[in-house]
Amino acid sequence: MVAYISRRLGVMVVILLGSSFILYNLAALSGDPLDDLKTSTDPNRDFLIAQRTRQLQLDVPPPLRYFYWLRGVFGIFIGKANFGMTRAGITVGEELQQAIPVTIRLVFAATIIAMILGISLGIITALRQYSRFDYSLTFVAFLLFSLPVFWIAVLAKEYLAITFNNFLRDPIIPINVIAGISFIGALFWASLIGRSRGKFWMTFAIVFVATAIVLKTMELVEWFTNPRLGPILVFAASVGIAFGITQLSVGLTNRKALKASLAMSIATLVFYYPANYIFDNHISALALLGMLVVTIAAGVIAGISFSKIDRGPIIRTAVLTAFLSALLILIDKFMRTWSRYSATDAINYRPVPTIQERNSEIDVTDFWLSNLDVIMHLFLPTVVLTLGSFAGYIRFSRGTLLEVLNQDYIRTARAKGLTERTVIMRHAFRNTLIPISTIIVADFAGIIGGAIITENVFGWSGMGTLFRRGIFTFDLNLLMGVFFVTTTLTLLAILLADILYSALDPRIRVGSGA
Amino acid sequence: MFGRKKNVTVETTTSGENAISNKETEGLSQSQIVRRRFFRHKAAMISLFVITFITILVFTALDWRLFGKIRVPGWWKWSPDELPELRYGTDICGDTVGCPTISLRPKFLGGNGIGLGDHPFGQDDIGRDYLALVMKGTQRSLSVMFIIGILGATIGTVLGSISGFYRGKVDAVLARFTDFIITIPTLVIGSVIGYRFGNLGATFLAFYLGIFAWTGLFRLVRGEFLTLREREFVDAARVAGASNLRIIFKHVLPNAVGVIIVSVTLLMSGAILLETALSYLGFGVVEPDVSLGLLISKYQDSFTTRPWLFWYPGLFIISIALSVNFIGDGLRDAFDPRQRRRITKKERAAARVAARGAH
Repeated sequence: MVAYISRRLGVMVVILLGSSFILYNLAALSGDPLDDLKTSTDPNRDFLIAQRTRQLQLDVPPPLRYFYWLRGVFGIFIGKANFGMTRAGITVGEELQQAIPVTIRLVFAATIIAMILGISLGIITALRQYSRFDYSLTFVAFLLFSLPVFWIAVLAKEYLAITFNNFLRDPIIPINVIAGISFIGALFWASLIGRSRGKFWMTFAIVFVATAIVLKTMELVEWFTNPRLGPILVFAASVGIAFGITQLSVGLTNRKALKASLAMSIATLVFYYPANYIFDNHISALALLGMLVVTIAAGVIAGISFSKIDRGPIIRTAVLTAFLSALLILIDKFMRTWSRYSATDAINYRPVPTIQERNSEIDVTDFWLSNLDVIMHLFLPTVVLTLGSFAGYIRFSRGTLLEVLNQDYIRTARAKGLTERTVIMRHAFRNTLIPISTIIVADFAGIIGGAIITENVFGWSGMGTLFRRGIFTFDLNLLMGVFFVTTTLTLLAILLADILYSALDPRIRVGSGA
Repeated sequence: MFGRKKNVTVETTTSGENAISNKETEGLSQSQIVRRRFFRHKAAMISLFVITFITILVFTALDWRLFGKIRVPGWWKWSPDELPELRYGTDICGDTVGCPTISLRPKFLGGNGIGLGDHPFGQDDIGRDYLALVMKGTQRSLSVMFIIGILGATIGTVLGSISGFYRGKVDAVLARFTDFIITIPTLVIGSVIGYRFGNLGATFLAFYLGIFAWTGLFRLVRGEFLTLREREFVDAARVAGASNLRIIFKHVLPNAVGVIIVSVTLLMSGAILLETALSYLGFGVVEPDVSLGLLISKYQDSFTTRPWLFWYPGLFIISIALSVNFIGDGLRDAFDPRQRRRITKKERAAARVAARGAH
């Protein structure tokens, strides 16, 4: 294994050298940095040209100049890499240090959401192959494949931000909008659940009426200007989560797991007010981390005390329930900050922003306000990035699960008389995750440099912006710095994916073959 | 006797579906089967129709100048270079300056009757006819798509075949070179090239992008060739005295053609989005040339006041990309031998009746 990894790392260095050489020369050929000076009428034009030539070492031909750049990069091995200076006179290293966290913040949530949504929808479509639901979702996936990201972004800005902000001034939902939303929701659930015609229309009617009633109630209690969940709703949702998680992970017939999860729901209700006390008085990132640890510990304890044998799955179920319920309390807290947030001068009742990473006028010492501000600024880019990438996950996980369901071991599992839930969740789903996990790794690396368009539309200054600036201002050092970081990450991710694949799937052994 | 009887029972009870699909492929060549399967894919057929329609519509809309002298008139009266007067305050469409005159609501429903009017897609900020601009932009985007597709397909297939068939040193060099290029993100290559060559017009841009668009196809074709060249039919051809070229073109390539075609359609739908994205970022087609991405990027801020400047180019991008994607999906299904058509209840019942009749 060590030999395999070191050989791959060696190949990686070679590839990195080759591709950076190609890109350096391409970029150097792509424009002339002296263009603006050559046509200028400045009297000391020749001096300026000479000065810039010296500064950018233009007298050295690009293939040789590349090695000057490379000498700085090789500093990595002695602990001080030198990516050179940008044309603005800042070191490239500093620029990258500022840009990378911004980009990660931008794409992290979107990738996670796209993954969870995409994989679950893909699995449902595979289980309901050739159904109405499958066909419509396939169409949606293809539609999302064909949409340019910037096009979605402009639409999102208009309808999710500007129109929604106008709506919040006077939150009355018109009757046709209520009908429209209820209709879409009802159609979704009915085509998902209803297999026979009768069941289809019954689900449709129930969901339609329920959605309409919920929307109207939300309007009547002014939920949109003053959203909250409150202890009762948190508890109800937590019980729902307990049942859902138990059903998915071990099945409702496992009473011990159900009891352990329900105990976590009751604990959620009990700790609702104490948690809010901590939120209001002693909040910090450290306190949140401590509460997370306590939550997980509570789940583990409940799992152990409710079971004697086969503790692993039960502990897992209880911990998941506890974590999601605790998340609900946190969301509730953010919701109750909402009205205070939109009333601040900086926001002035237009809480969905269309641009920038954060509002500089928001008080950074106020934990809840500043974090809600960050979340609100993430909202639109996250929606756009999610829409842009989750179609791929739908198609991929659908295809993979269909492949897995055709395998012999699935037939064996069915022949053993296992329940359909066990066959799907234990045998099929886990094997589906093996190929999916490898594209997840590659995706995470890709997103560091891949959000160029989204960053541009929403005015974030991350890696994409740096890259754009590198090209437009003919800043070779900056361009190569961005490229070096993204490509190194991509190559490492591919290596990691291969190793992960062999770790997850014992049938594949790396090192023996290629 | 016993064996035969057993056979009959199996056929009638469990493998009714097999019987249906076997009967369908009886006496047909591989290409006939593929063609039939493709024609049966409804979404793909609709998409094929849509994209043909759009191509014809778009390329006949504007005047063509052949050899700089002969003028072939198009069906649309304005050209993107003309500057007609900006209309406003007309009774056909609101008060906004240069709004679209297309009307789809018939007179008896209180509309203005179905008709195109003077400027069906409206006018841009200086009065140019937007339909003409969109037509020209779509021409550009379509040609970019086809050029990238054809170039990428040719280079990728040729290099992939050579690399996979001859293996050894040639393969090592080519595969390493592909690795170098594949690690540079497409958008990065596109930007660097587009920034330099974008001002030379869309055709040049497409040409230079196509030179770098073959890497995915190369790996695919190489992989196909590496497995196919070990098969018995290649040995048989070699024993019969076929030359390398003949084996590549007559024996191996036809077996890989399904994978290639599917991958090329995906490459093309990616190409049209790449062109629009580059033009949007300012690295692609630049004025005075027109492209769909450029139109959207130019008018994105006027979405609230004059949304049609944003909707129409987007509509064309989406219909083209969607059609190409669906055609690719149809082709993939058609070429996939494991793919079984969904057998309807009616057909199953018919098969059952037929089997019972055979008893």
